[in-house]
Amino acid sequence: MWKLRDKYSISGIGQTAFTKASGRTVLDLASEACKAAAEDAGMALDEIDGIISFHFNDSIPAMAVASNLGIPAVMHAVDYTAGGNGANLIMLAATAAIEAGLARNVLCYRAMNGRSGFRLGGGREFSAQGITQYTAPFGWITYPQAMAMWVRRHIVKYGTTAEQLGQVAITFRENAGRNEAAMQRAPITMDDYLASRMIVEPFRMLDICLESDGACAVLITGKDRARDLRQKPVYITGGAYGGGPSQGDDLFDAIRWPDHSQNYAAYIADDLWGSAGLKPEDVDVAEIYDCFTYSVLMQLEGLGFCRPGEGGPFVQEGHLARNGRLPTNTHGGLLSEAYIHGTNHVLEAVRQLRGTAGARQIADAEIALTTAGAMTCGSAMLLRN
Amino acid sequence: MNTPAYNKPLPAPDPDSAPFWEGTRAHELRLQRCDDCGTHRYPAGPHCPSCRSTRATWIKSSGRGKVYSWIVVVHPVPKEVYHQDVPYAVALIDLAEGVRIASNIVGCDPRAITADMPVEVVFDAVTADVTLPKFKPA
Ligand SMILES: [Zn+2]
Repeated sequence: MWKLRDKYSISGIGQTAFTKASGRTVLDLASEACKAAAEDAGMALDEIDGIISFHFNDSIPAMAVASNLGIPAVMHAVDYTAGGNGANLIMLAATAAIEAGLARNVLCYRAMNGRSGFRLGGGREFSAQGITQYTAPFGWITYPQAMAMWVRRHIVKYGTTAEQLGQVAITFRENAGRNEAAMQRAPITMDDYLASRMIVEPFRMLDICLESDGACAVLITGKDRARDLRQKPVYITGGAYGGGPSQGDDLFDAIRWPDHSQNYAAYIADDLWGSAGLKPEDVDVAEIYDCFTYSVLMQLEGLGFCRPGEGGPFVQEGHLARNGRLPTNTHGGLLSEAYIHGTNHVLEAVRQLRGTAGARQIADAEIALTTAGAMTCGSAMLLRN
Repeated sequence: MNTPAYNKPLPAPDPDSAPFWEGTRAHELRLQRCDDCGTHRYPAGPHCPSCRSTRATWIKSSGRGKVYSWIVVVHPVPKEVYHQDVPYAVALIDLAEGVRIASNIVGCDPRAITADMPVEVVFDAVTADVTLPKFKPA
């Protein structure tokens, strides 16, 4: 279990605009977000000595950002090979690096031209080597195709309905209407959802997240340093990374996963709540990884906000709305704000806990949950102000 | 008449998987069975995940199983490769030997597939070198 409760703070946040065609290099996007995170904290870039990122060979290495920004003494420039599972993982890794003395002040970022450049949703390498030889030859290639196999089991086992999945998309779009940075802000109705075209059954277009060009970054520092900086500290009070048995040979492969009606969340729940000494009822605002509508249901169930199979009814009862029991994805999420692989969820949680979320502020938010992951492995944090 | 060249992903056999793909060419669905604990495994691999043994024997599967989960691809990706195939079904099938395999369900309307539907293997020689195991209602 992660043991660094409240010892580290997210002390700065930065982001670029989220667009379909940035016309810029990924290095430019990453550097802008990182520089903005340091400036937000009021920390000189010369004081940064760690940079951590995650990607799928669709970005640029952390050392490139350090070089481009002229950071003089980089002790810990590290890249994780990760997808949706990585957004909180790299931030927990930053706390571990600082605790171990490998760095003092660490920038964590995700940057990509996810729409105009390499499109993760468009399919993987076409040569079927390694584990892919058991999947791609059957026309099973894209992530929407991978994840449709999961939601099908949830439907078979629990009778989850299209309207329940649709309510996830509708709720987050409503939230995006209050977020000027969001890529999709026009409200959608249940009729719009049900009429959106089938991509891979059971998924419609509106079950699937956006593709975005952009970058997000956070600055992680020790708590004492945080108190001297410009912003109200947001403490990392809990965290967990992991999954179950048979996580697969890569992020697509879940052939040996025991039960596709539940994902990684069920396996990290005890560690997550235990590391913070908190329980689901303590969470004031949640930013839950929503690459697809279904992943929200499985995380709500796995983390204990409702019982297994009750995610659909939980959403239908309105609990995720801003006036509901668990205001969720107040920025619009991956479905409506942007797909920055879950790092944008952390930025939103920090704004909520600082009280600077403007039109989308949840009153008196003190504890926030962030998650990242949809399938066999993932990461989550509990943050507090 | 010329048939267009097969343009879909083809498996690249490696030292772990070569016996599997040799098997499908001979119209046999072969699985590794651990010599030490008897557990079958798929996909092919050098270790038994149950007991970590490296000793295994390739056996011929019954080729029978039931549908665990399935999807119906409606939007083809890439479009130029799959546009004539949609809608097509990809399924995870639980074989009688206790392993799960990903494949296509053929020989029925993709919308008629149901959970636990019994299926059996059929072999589709997609090129001179590669035969894919697919499944039809049993
Ligand atoms: Zn064994």
